[in-house]
Amino acid sequence: MKVHRPRSPRFRRLVVAGAALTALAVVAACGGGSKTDSSSGSATTGSADAVDAALKAGGEITYWSWTPSAEAQVKAFMAQYPNVKVNYVNAGTGNDHYTKLQNAIKAGSGAPDVAQIEYQALPQFALPGSLADLNQYGFSQYESAYTASTWAAVHAGSGLYGLPQDSGPMALFYNKEVFDKYGIAVPKTWDEYVAAGKKLHAANPKAYITNDSGDAGFTTSMIWQAGGQPFKTDGKNISINLADDGSKKWTGTWNNLVEGGLVSQIPGWTDEWFKALGDGTIATLPTGAWMPGVMESSVKAGAGKWRVAPMPTYDGQPATAENGGSTESVLKQSKNPALAAAFVRWLNHDEGVKPFLASGGFPATTKDLKDPAFVDKASAYFGGQKINQVLTGAADNVVKGWSYLPYELYANSIYGDTVGKAYQSKSDLNAGLKSWQDALVTYGNQQGFQVNG
Amino acid sequence: MAESMAHESARQVRPVSATGRNRRRASQDGKGWIFVGPFLAVFALTFLAPIGYAIYLSLYRNQAFFGGKVFVGIDNYTEALRDPKFWEAFGRVAAFLVVQVPIMLILALLAALAIDSARLHASGFFRIVIFLPYAVPGVVAVLMWGYIYGDNFGLAANLNDLFGTTAIQPLSARWMLPSIANIVTWEFVGYNMLIFYSALRTVPGELYEAAAIDGAGTFRTIRAVKLPALRGAIVIATIFSIIGSFQLFNEPNILRTLAPNVITTYYTPNMYAYNLSFAGQQFNYSATIAIVMGVITAIIAYIVQLRGSRESL
Amino acid sequence: MSTLTSPLRRKRSKLLTGAMVLYLIYTLVPLLWLLLSATKTQDDLLSTPGLWFGKSFAFFSNIKQTLTYNDGIFLRWLGNTVLYVVVGAGGATLLATAAGYGLAKYKFAGRRAVFAVLLGAVAVPGTALAVPTFLMFSNLGLTNTVWAIIIPSLVSPFGLYLMWVYATDAVPHELLEAARIDGAGEVRTFFTMALRLLAPGIVTTLLFAVVSTWNNYFLPLIMLSKPNLYPLTVGLTQWSNQATGVGARPIYNLVITGSLLTIVPLVIAFLLLQRFWQSGLSAGSVK
Repeated sequence: MKVHRPRSPRFRRLVVAGAALTALAVVAACGGGSKTDSSSGSATTGSADAVDAALKAGGEITYWSWTPSAEAQVKAFMAQYPNVKVNYVNAGTGNDHYTKLQNAIKAGSGAPDVAQIEYQALPQFALPGSLADLNQYGFSQYESAYTASTWAAVHAGSGLYGLPQDSGPMALFYNKEVFDKYGIAVPKTWDEYVAAGKKLHAANPKAYITNDSGDAGFTTSMIWQAGGQPFKTDGKNISINLADDGSKKWTGTWNNLVEGGLVSQIPGWTDEWFKALGDGTIATLPTGAWMPGVMESSVKAGAGKWRVAPMPTYDGQPATAENGGSTESVLKQSKNPALAAAFVRWLNHDEGVKPFLASGGFPATTKDLKDPAFVDKASAYFGGQKINQVLTGAADNVVKGWSYLPYELYANSIYGDTVGKAYQSKSDLNAGLKSWQDALVTYGNQQGFQVNG
Repeated sequence: MAESMAHESARQVRPVSATGRNRRRASQDGKGWIFVGPFLAVFALTFLAPIGYAIYLSLYRNQAFFGGKVFVGIDNYTEALRDPKFWEAFGRVAAFLVVQVPIMLILALLAALAIDSARLHASGFFRIVIFLPYAVPGVVAVLMWGYIYGDNFGLAANLNDLFGTTAIQPLSARWMLPSIANIVTWEFVGYNMLIFYSALRTVPGELYEAAAIDGAGTFRTIRAVKLPALRGAIVIATIFSIIGSFQLFNEPNILRTLAPNVITTYYTPNMYAYNLSFAGQQFNYSATIAIVMGVITAIIAYIVQLRGSRESL
Repeated sequence: MSTLTSPLRRKRSKLLTGAMVLYLIYTLVPLLWLLLSATKTQDDLLSTPGLWFGKSFAFFSNIKQTLTYNDGIFLRWLGNTVLYVVVGAGGATLLATAAGYGLAKYKFAGRRAVFAVLLGAVAVPGTALAVPTFLMFSNLGLTNTVWAIIIPSLVSPFGLYLMWVYATDAVPHELLEAARIDGAGEVRTFFTMALRLLAPGIVTTLLFAVVSTWNNYFLPLIMLSKPNLYPLTVGLTQWSNQATGVGARPIYNLVITGSLLTIVPLVIAFLLLQRFWQSGLSAGSVK
């Protein structure tokens, strides 16, 4: 047992090592202390003229985005304004992008001048003051250029934190081949939709009316369509009610599908999902108007089979919600915010919209949504259907008054922990929403909000 | 164990000459730092400093949105110790550890002995193929295991069709942990096999000759020569497998894409710490979970180390 | 080469080979999927059985596409990875070998503390330390540089452990003693004599360091936001993530082919390094 003998000197050395560690901790704490957002960044005042002046003066900015058209847009911009250099960086998709953005903001340096931010994530960056308020550049004058729902989505409180790039008014994408084969009519109400789901799955146990493995973005959009307003934010005060009338309306319908095992559990955006969209396993998708771009490029097997119809509703009256979509925002850290704002304006208001449309994107600009060349374009993928007539029509019927939580990214990340359990056990979604709400209330209060729910 | 071996060798050398020993002592004192120093310098920067920073963080509470920082002492730690999510995650990796690590290490040991035995056809081929899974990048693992575990279009679906059942559901809540264990075993048997194999390569040829002269057969040679020579490697492999199990992250995180409702954000302690930090920006509490987990892991690893060395004495 | 393992030539065993073949199949099925999938177009990937060929054989066009997609960024990522591996894993092996040797062959104050601190530090999950590490590196101005990847790669606690154990057995004290009597300095002795004796251990350590640096994903993901600094792992993940969200444009065929191509250099490294296990053996038998 020689191991025991040197214990006391070893113990002493451990203590010494511990002390060294503590010393290091202090060093690290001093060196690595996080800076607050407000101390970094630049001038917060600007004017409409400053934007044009900055564009004339030129300079260099960095732009983070994962939009497919981003590279083409940057090239077109630099061709038009040779004195401006835009460093385009694809820093990651979705959460990877936000993680890097958040780290750079916390570190006080390294953030881009302009970044793509999804509508649902905007409050999370706007509220702590990481984004520049574009009202200072007079951008509020562009209100009439955008759909009402996207214009609302780029605001947090009274601040304007970006110009909308795309929109995702929801519609019902359905596989006509499958519908015809099983004699299913296009559902106009959610009751008809549930009935169609039952009929389809009974006729072919391998086919499902849709897939839903529990997706926070889908759930919130569905509650939105049903008229729910579960999240309300007023400064530090938040109220959460995931059992309001709209939420209950949605669960009242959707429980039939989930509890009955009528929705496929294939998670979205996996290779299985793309496969299932192509081979008829998944018969419909209630989703955003940007979906045709995805299907045309990546669900080749579905070409000619799919069609688009307006979203089913609860009472047969047209109503829909937004699902997905992004804005471009100017970061507070930017050393040249006026130039950054000029780039955003070009990107989402001026010539930048063209390359975006060419890439198959669905715009947020009313001019393009009304352009006959866009509206009346026949889609070969959708069997010659003029799908944009349906989709632009949906853009006019988005239910008003929706807002996301200021910590929607976190909320979405724990959706599987809470509501996901209901999906997994094929049980009441209301119970799942309740536990989601409880977790969100706890988190909000921990973060210094006054949350009641 | 490594230390005790060093002691043993030192004792053997000692009788050479008294003066030699004294001179060596004198010349050695402190000279070891020449060799250890560079490693420790980088180690301090990349391991110790962040841990020090994490310890500092764990004593505070920040608010991601309003930036208030409050010193809370050990509050985060008492919260962690009462946190059912943490203990659920801990219990899961502990169960994983107890079952998966022995299976993996025994398979690795058998493979190493087989490849070293000279009784295997094409042993060089086996050696590299068994090691290959460790080299497969994580990004393709989602697609690969998505196929193998997929009960819609994948191998699991094919097997279900073949046997006319729907019983094979590797991604269901019930089967998830074994499914993860399978992936980890697949990846790391080769890794551990190489540790054992390269340790076997250091066995001096004379020992085999001596064993052969004694008339020892294959199994006696393994017991009398090879296993004792592997002791050090087995202890290291065990310690790092324990650490690896407690830090389980990649594999469940990969399968989370395929089964988002089964694998929670707190499926393992490391995932919990990660998600607290990255999704919730709860850096303080995340650091606390990491430190608590580190302390528990270190204690268990240290006990294994002590047992390993005691038995070798 | 395995006949060199022991001085006796033993009969090869069919039973043993058979048992190993079973394990080999277990190992190979996922790899076979990878290999077969690399021969398929994106359309075939989404429409044909996983463990068989697709309708068309697209292996070479996949490779060509992988190497040229996005102005050939894959090759850039490959070059970055090689840089990180050569400097990072090479340095890690040198540092771990020196430190393992120092701990095994010298007695000095603080040696045990080194051990305790190592074990303690390794036990703390690294993912939770990512943000503290990022903030520190950011303050040092190291984020978005190759150093943010290389410096942390220089530390391999596992390698140190391995070398510690190997050095304990493989470098006899008598030899060190003799070298000292000859008047050789400690550092010279290490480079001229110990390194040779430690060769098999060094090769193992190097191999593990190479593979772990090659597979390093998390740290570069956090530290880098410039795609032209990415290693293959992060780059391929970015390709994979193209399948997600509003602008989804999946390129599964390139992700799969890219992953397969990523393994190839590791196989070559393995084949090059494995012969040193032999030389180590002969070095051992000299004593």
